[in-house]
Amino acid sequence: MIGGRLGIIVSGSLTKGVEVRLDSAISVEDIAVGRYVTIEGEKRRFFGMITDVTLDAIDQRVMATPPDVSDPFIAEVLAGTTTFGRLHVLPVLTIGGDALSLLEGPQPVKTVPVHFSVVREASEQDVEQVFGQVEEKQFYIGTPLDMETKVRLNPAELVKRSNGIFGKSGTGKTFLARLILIGILQEGAAVNLVFDMHNEYGWKGSSEDRREVKGLKQLFPSKVAVFALDEESARRRKVSTDFVVEIGYDEIEPEDIAMLRETLGLTDAAVQATYRLARRFGERKWLESFLAIEGREELNELASSLGEHEATMAALRRRLDSLRRLRFLVPHARDNAIQRILDYLDRGINVVLEFGRYTDYTAYILVANLLTRRIHAQYRERMERALGEDIAKPRPLVITIEEAHKFLNPDISGQTIFGTIAREMRKYNVTLLVIDQRPSGIDEEVMSQLGTKITCLLDNERDIESVLTGVSGKSELKAVLAKLDTKQQALIFGHAVPTPVVVKTREYGSPQSYKELGFREALELKKKAEEEAKDLWG
Amino acid sequence: MPAKIGEVIEASSGEFTAQCYELHQPPSFGSLVKTREGEVEIYGVVSGAATTSIEPGRRPIARGREEAEEEDIYRSSPQLSKLLRTDFNALIVGHKEGQKLHHYLPPRPAKIHSFVYLCDAEEVEKFSQSFDFLSILVGAGGQADELIAASLRHAAAAHQDPRDFLIKAGKELAVLLGGETNRLNNILRRIKV
Ligand SMILES: Nc1ncnc2c1ncn2[C@@H]1O[C@H](COP(=O)(O)OP(=O)(O)OP(=O)(O)O)[C@@H](O)[C@H]1O
Ligand SMILES: [Mg+2]
Repeated sequence: MIGGRLGIIVSGSLTKGVEVRLDSAISVEDIAVGRYVTIEGEKRRFFGMITDVTLDAIDQRVMATPPDVSDPFIAEVLAGTTTFGRLHVLPVLTIGGDALSLLEGPQPVKTVPVHFSVVREASEQDVEQVFGQVEEKQFYIGTPLDMETKVRLNPAELVKRSNGIFGKSGTGKTFLARLILIGILQEGAAVNLVFDMHNEYGWKGSSEDRREVKGLKQLFPSKVAVFALDEESARRRKVSTDFVVEIGYDEIEPEDIAMLRETLGLTDAAVQATYRLARRFGERKWLESFLAIEGREELNELASSLGEHEATMAALRRRLDSLRRLRFLVPHARDNAIQRILDYLDRGINVVLEFGRYTDYTAYILVANLLTRRIHAQYRERMERALGEDIAKPRPLVITIEEAHKFLNPDISGQTIFGTIAREMRKYNVTLLVIDQRPSGIDEEVMSQLGTKITCLLDNERDIESVLTGVSGKSELKAVLAKLDTKQQALIFGHAVPTPVVVKTREYGSPQSYKELGFREALELKKKAEEEAKDLWG
Repeated sequence: MPAKIGEVIEASSGEFTAQCYELHQPPSFGSLVKTREGEVEIYGVVSGAATTSIEPGRRPIARGREEAEEEDIYRSSPQLSKLLRTDFNALIVGHKEGQKLHHYLPPRPAKIHSFVYLCDAEEVEKFSQSFDFLSILVGAGGQADELIAASLRHAAAAHQDPRDFLIKAGKELAVLLGGETNRLNNILRRIKV
């Protein structure tokens, strides 16, 4: 049916989209929201997306005295006449027809097609015209529903803003993120720093059917370094790690503890107390000194000398004690992890930090915040220097975080480094790739700063609402979003695509998929080398 | 030219009445007939037929008490067939000028004593390529729905794929009848295959 006639425009508006009356020969059951259509207007061709399918009848009385549709003959007569299907279509672009779109490709719509314009399913060619313009440096992310045309993103454009990947659990966020990271990496559009909470990006991940899938380092060994927080776990998983991260107590500042308010269950008073402790013992010594205090009395003494309640002090101590189980925390780190990360990033090598067994929020929030704060500060300094002194700017950096609402919820996004990065756009050449299953938990302002959103199925009304805030055609896209497949399908909208598009995400995990991503098996490489040698030496 | 079956005895813009040459043998209800007015061929759908006494006001009386078979009545009083006549009405549904078919009323009514012919399958098929004539029948009043159903059954028989024809006709009716589902249902039940 691709390219075939579907029906005609019967009403509509630019803001709300147009209504299409389906031809009687077309069954509503053959239609799916998210698919593309073209509309032959009088002067232009329009390109639009089906956002809803409705059953209608010319007269509501029909519903009161339903015709005898148990008879197939009668049912066939009535289909498309007395009762008919209606499509809601959101025109998004004009393609061809007017001079501008012929010259410059698809243009945003500024009007609607005339009454009774014919609506057809978009052909591969139409879709190709919209998404497929193959420029160099584009990365193929998936195909539109039921089509073969490749939807491509331009990584260099993408990384100019922070972006988000959303979807409920198990819908394919991690798989998508991996693909996006590969796109960025392959085109050298930026270097990535990935806070890999569940050890899925660096060396290997797993798919639902417990198959292993390759991580970034296996595919691009020379471009990826795996940093581990949990050396033992990495060894057990046979991950070849490049660096084991330790963080010294002397690197933890009160700000870092403030971020843990929720996960550690700290009161405001307890957070305030950490600042007093830092003043008392010194920025670099406070935590170690505080944790070294033995016995109730000594603690009470400290409380009274700082003017704190004893209970506050005791509670703070109990909570901070729980940091001791994080084995990567040591009084003083042997090496400077931040500098190491920066060294790699500067060489254009992407860094994945695996958390190993530390899959709890305390470790994740503490480490991600702490490292990002310092790395961002360095970037900032270097950017400022670069502006003044005409030296090279640091490479654009994309920081990937999962469970983004833990860092960007409205209560803390004003204070966390991630909130700052999201808001300042790429002033200092740093942007975020946030991944979350509960976007409604993320600060609205941050959401509105995201350049491109890629969202898999969401079924919570508030999550859908928050992802689509500020998007034109919101209520239409809502219907599309709520109807995505439970896996490997996503709605992409924002800066990186000419129009919102539903894609079946490119397959990841099969030998063929690795090959298409440019991966060569060692054997193959060896053979190629041998062949080259043969060519060379005869 | 198919054989003539009767002669126009009453005509108006929208219909005509013809007397049959054969007693008791009017064309069937809903069939397509045609007559002529000058160069114009006028098409009608047979919308009713009646056999009556030739003298208005006089009614035949029952004669068969002593006869074994119905035929015997006519055999024993041969003058009977001369005293009876069969007439039929046709609702005009279109006309042809030259080679051009129109599915609307002709400029003038048929002339009295014009011959009336029963259309053959080929002509029926041609005429029913368009369903525009249905709108005339829909507004006919009286037994319009019976008439529509009968005419469609007739026409369907002339088409290669009768079911396909009836589906298309049904869709046309669904549009013409709008919300009148009961009428639509009635007709559809009478034509369903
Ligand atoms: N592009 C893809 N290619 C192949 N398989 C996929 C793809 N996308 C999703 N899948 C399948 O769907 C499963 C879930 O995907 P993924 O782990 O990315 O979900 P998620 O949204 O990150 O879930 P969670 O919220 O639990 O982290 C995968 O294990 C895989 O089997
Ligand atoms: Mg995941």
